[in-house]
Amino acid sequence: MENAAIIGVGMTRIEANKIRDTFADLAWEAVNKALDDAGMNMDDIDNIVTTSNDFWDGRTISCMAVSDASGAYDKNVSCVEGDGTFGAFYGLIRILSGSYGTTLVTAHSKGSEGISSLITNATFDPIYERALGLDMITGCAMQAGAFMHRTGTTAEQLAMVSVKNHGNARHNPLAQLPMDLTIDDVLNSEMIADPLHKLDCSPVSDGCCAMIIANEERAFQYKRDPVWIKGVAFCSDTYFLGDRDLSQARSLTEAARKAFAMAGIGNPANDIDVMELYDAFTYQELMWLEAMGISADGQAGRDLEEGRFAIDGDLPVNPSGGLLSGHPVIAAGLIRIGEVVKQLRGEAGQYQVKGAQRGVAQGVNGRCGQSHCVWVLDKNK
Amino acid sequence: MEDIFEGIEPMVYQSRINIPYNWWAGDTASKFLLAIRDERKILGTKCDSCNRVFVPPRKTCPTCFTDNQEWVNVSDVGILEAFTVARRQLAALPGKVPICFGLIKLEGADTALLHYLGEVDPGDIKIGMRVQARFAEERQGKITDIAYFRPI
Amino acid sequence: MGKKRVAIVGTGQTHHKSHRPDVNGQELINEAVQRALEDADLTIHDIEAVIIGNMDHFEGINYVDCWSVDGSGGTMKPIIKLTTGGTTGSTLAIGGYHMVASGMFKKVLVIGWEKNSESDTTGAITTAFDAVWDRQVYAGAISGLAAEAKSYMDQYGATNKDAARVVVRDRKHACNNPYAQLRKEVTIEEVLNSPMLSDPVHLLDICPRTDGACAVIMACEDVAEKITDRLDWIWAAANRHTYTYLGDATYGHLDSLTRASQEVYTKTGITEPRKQIDVIELYQPYSFAGIMWIESLGLAELGKGAEYIWSGATDMGGELPINPSGGVIGCNPIGATGLIRCAEIALQVTGKADARQVPDVNLAISTGFGGCFWSDIILHGKNKPDY
Repeated sequence: MENAAIIGVGMTRIEANKIRDTFADLAWEAVNKALDDAGMNMDDIDNIVTTSNDFWDGRTISCMAVSDASGAYDKNVSCVEGDGTFGAFYGLIRILSGSYGTTLVTAHSKGSEGISSLITNATFDPIYERALGLDMITGCAMQAGAFMHRTGTTAEQLAMVSVKNHGNARHNPLAQLPMDLTIDDVLNSEMIADPLHKLDCSPVSDGCCAMIIANEERAFQYKRDPVWIKGVAFCSDTYFLGDRDLSQARSLTEAARKAFAMAGIGNPANDIDVMELYDAFTYQELMWLEAMGISADGQAGRDLEEGRFAIDGDLPVNPSGGLLSGHPVIAAGLIRIGEVVKQLRGEAGQYQVKGAQRGVAQGVNGRCGQSHCVWVLDKNK
Repeated sequence: MEDIFEGIEPMVYQSRINIPYNWWAGDTASKFLLAIRDERKILGTKCDSCNRVFVPPRKTCPTCFTDNQEWVNVSDVGILEAFTVARRQLAALPGKVPICFGLIKLEGADTALLHYLGEVDPGDIKIGMRVQARFAEERQGKITDIAYFRPI
Repeated sequence: MGKKRVAIVGTGQTHHKSHRPDVNGQELINEAVQRALEDADLTIHDIEAVIIGNMDHFEGINYVDCWSVDGSGGTMKPIIKLTTGGTTGSTLAIGGYHMVASGMFKKVLVIGWEKNSESDTTGAITTAFDAVWDRQVYAGAISGLAAEAKSYMDQYGATNKDAARVVVRDRKHACNNPYAQLRKEVTIEEVLNSPMLSDPVHLLDICPRTDGACAVIMACEDVAEKITDRLDWIWAAANRHTYTYLGDATYGHLDSLTRASQEVYTKTGITEPRKQIDVIELYQPYSFAGIMWIESLGLAELGKGAEYIWSGATDMGGELPINPSGGVIGCNPIGATGLIRCAEIALQVTGKADARQVPDVNLAISTGFGGCFWSDIILHGKNKPDY
C-alpha cells in the first residue's frame, strides 16, 4: 500500500444529548477543529466523504444534513453508510486511487434523537426475525453468553473492562461518562439482558468526528507531523446469527491478519503500543482482543486481571475510555482512529500512553460484530 | 458564535417516520412459512455442493452460490446454542419482560434458528439444552407461528 | 487519472418489474450478481470486495450491506455500503472505480438494488428533507422536479409538449430493452392527457416505481485484459452534491451537472461533447429533465434543449442517441438506477447491447441524479485511457 497519512483530527465532546446542536452544527464543529488542527483551509481539501446512517438520523439520504457543513459545496463528495472506520477507508481509497491528494472524512450520529432499540431492531430480517423484537442489546447479550460459555470468561472479568474504561475516561475531557467504579458496582447495576448489566453496556450518545487524510506528498505540506497509515483491512461474516459461531469473531481475525500483514506486524501482542477497540459492550473488548491474537483464545480476561491492558500496562486498550464511556454510533470508529492519532502524536494529555509509536484502531458494523475494520497507524513512515 | 444563543431555549421538534412496509417473502420463505402454518413442519434447503442444510431456508447457497434445489424436513427438536433473557422493557420487545431469546440448532439443520424460549424459568436456561418447538394454535404464515421452543 | 486503469468486465441486471413477489430483496440481488458473474465468466470466489447500496427507507432494513451477504456473496469478504439518495447507483460505480484504481482490490463487485414495491416511495423520499425546514412543505421527489420544470418553462418558453417528446423517445427506446419495466410506446397526446400529479408534471412524464437490481464487475487493467477483450474502460468520474436546503437550489438549470461534467470534460480534453460523445445514458427521472439537463451537459445552449430533442438527434439513429435503454422513464429501482445507466453504457461500449445497440461507440457517458439536485457523471471509453 502506498504511503498515506492522517494530518488532521477534530472531535466534538461526546454527550448524552447535544440538544443545542443539529447534525450540521456537529459537523461544522468537528470539521473546523480538524482544519485548524491540520493548519488547512477548505481549499486544501480535494474531496469529502461523510459517514452517517439513515435510520439513526431519521432521514433518508442522511448525508444531506451535513454536506454543507462539511464543505462539500462544489467538491466531489460521497457518503458511506456504516461505521466511521469504513468511511475513513473509503476516504483513503479515493486518495490511493490517485484521484485526490487530500480527503476530509466526517462521521456523526445523534443517538438522542431516536429510540435505539427500534433503530437496531430494524437490522433484523423482516421476514424471519424482526417481529421477535430483538435489538442490538439482546442480540449482543446472546453473543456475550455464548462467549462466556465457550471460554470460561467470567462476569467479573467483563466488569473489569467497565471499571478500566470508565476509569480511563476520567482523564479524557471529551468523554461522556468518566466514572470511578468497582467490579461490584458493575455487577450490581441493573441487568438489562442476561448476562449484560447496565454498566456492561455503552450508552447511546451524540457526537461527531472529522479527519483529514493525505497522500505522502501533501502530508508534509501543512502544520502537523503526519501519522502514517500502515495497514487497513475489513471483512464481513455471515448475516444470520445462527449461520456462524457467535462466540468467535472470525471476520475480525481475517481483517486483523490482513491489516497486520500490510503493516509488517509479525507479533501483534508485542509490536503494538496502544489500541482503541470497539467496546460497545464489555465482553466485546475481550472477544476482539482474542480474535486479533493479542490474547490467546479464552485468555483476555486473565490478561486484563494481570493489568496488561491498563493504561500503564504492556498494551493499553482504550485509554480514552472507549465506547463504554461515550458511544455516538457511526462516529465511534472514526473516534477510535482519532484517539490513536492523538496517542501517536503524544497529545493525549492525562491519558497518554508513554512512548506510543504504533497503534491499532478497530470499528464494527452490523450485528454482533458481523463486520470489522482494522487500522494500523504508525508515527514513523 | 455560541454567545448569541445565550438564554435561548433549544426547540425540539417531535416527528416519526411512518412508512408502511410490505415485504415480499418470496417463494422460498413462503414455502417455509406455509409448511409451518399448514403442517406444523419445519423445512430447510440443502446446497448441492456443500450439503449444508439452511434454516431459515435460502434460495441460493451463500458460499457456493448454487441454487438450493432440495427441500428437506428438519426436526422440531434441537440444541440451544445461545440465549439471553431481556429484563429491561426495551422498546422493540413485543411483550412484557422477562422475554427469553435463543438460537436453536434443529436436528438435521446446519444453521441455528433465532426464536423465543418459553415454558422455562429464565434462571434454568442453559446452553446445550434440548428444546422442542411449540406451535401456536392460530397460525398465519409468520415466524411467530412457532410460539416458542421449550425444554424437553 | 488513477493509479491503475479500471475496466468493467461484466454486468448483470434483473428484468425490472413493478413488483417481484417471487423473491425477497436478497434473492433479487443474487439474480443480478449471478448474471454479472456469468457475463464476466467469473465465480463469486474471484470477487475480492463488494460495494453495495440502496436507499434504506424503501425497504426498511438497517445495515443493508450486512443483511445482504447471502445474496451478494459477501460472506468473509470486505463489504462496504455507499448511499447518496438517487445518485446511489452512480456513486457506487464511482466507488467501485476507486477501489480498483487504488490497487487494493483487483476485482470488485458493485451492486445497486431497490424493492420499491415494499414501501410508500413518496413517504420514504420525503424523509430526505430537513425535518424542521423542508419536510412539511415538500412531498417526495415530484414537487422539487415540478418546481424546476416550471421555472425553466417560465424562463425559456418550453412547453409540456416539448417534455412529452422526450417521453415518446424513451418509451420507444425501452421497447428494445428486455430488462426495462415499461415496454409500450406512448404518444404525445397520451402523455398530455395523463393525470396531472404536480403542475406541470403528468403521470406519464415521470418514472415508475420498480423492483430491480444491477451488478457490475470492475477489474484493474492487467486482470481485466485477461478476463475478456470486451472491456468498458472508466475514463473519468466527477460529482457535485451541492444542495442541502431546497431553497438553495437554482431552479431551471442543473448546476451540479454542469460543474461535474465540466470537470470531466476538462480532465479528458473533451471540447465538443455533441460530436465527441457517441451515446449517453442520462439519469432522467422525468421528461423535462431530458430538455434541461442536456443543456447542463453542454449539448445545447441554454433554452435550446427542446429544439435539439425535436431535431431527432437524440433518437436511435440520430447524432447522439440518449437513453437507448429507455432510461429511467422505462424503469426506476432507485438504488440500482444510477448503476443501470453505467451498466447500459458498458453494454454499448462492448457491443453487447443487442437490439438497443448504438453503432461504433467510442466514448460514452452515464450520469446519476439525486432528488436534491445532485449529479454524478462517468465517462466510459472503448479504448484504454492514455493517462
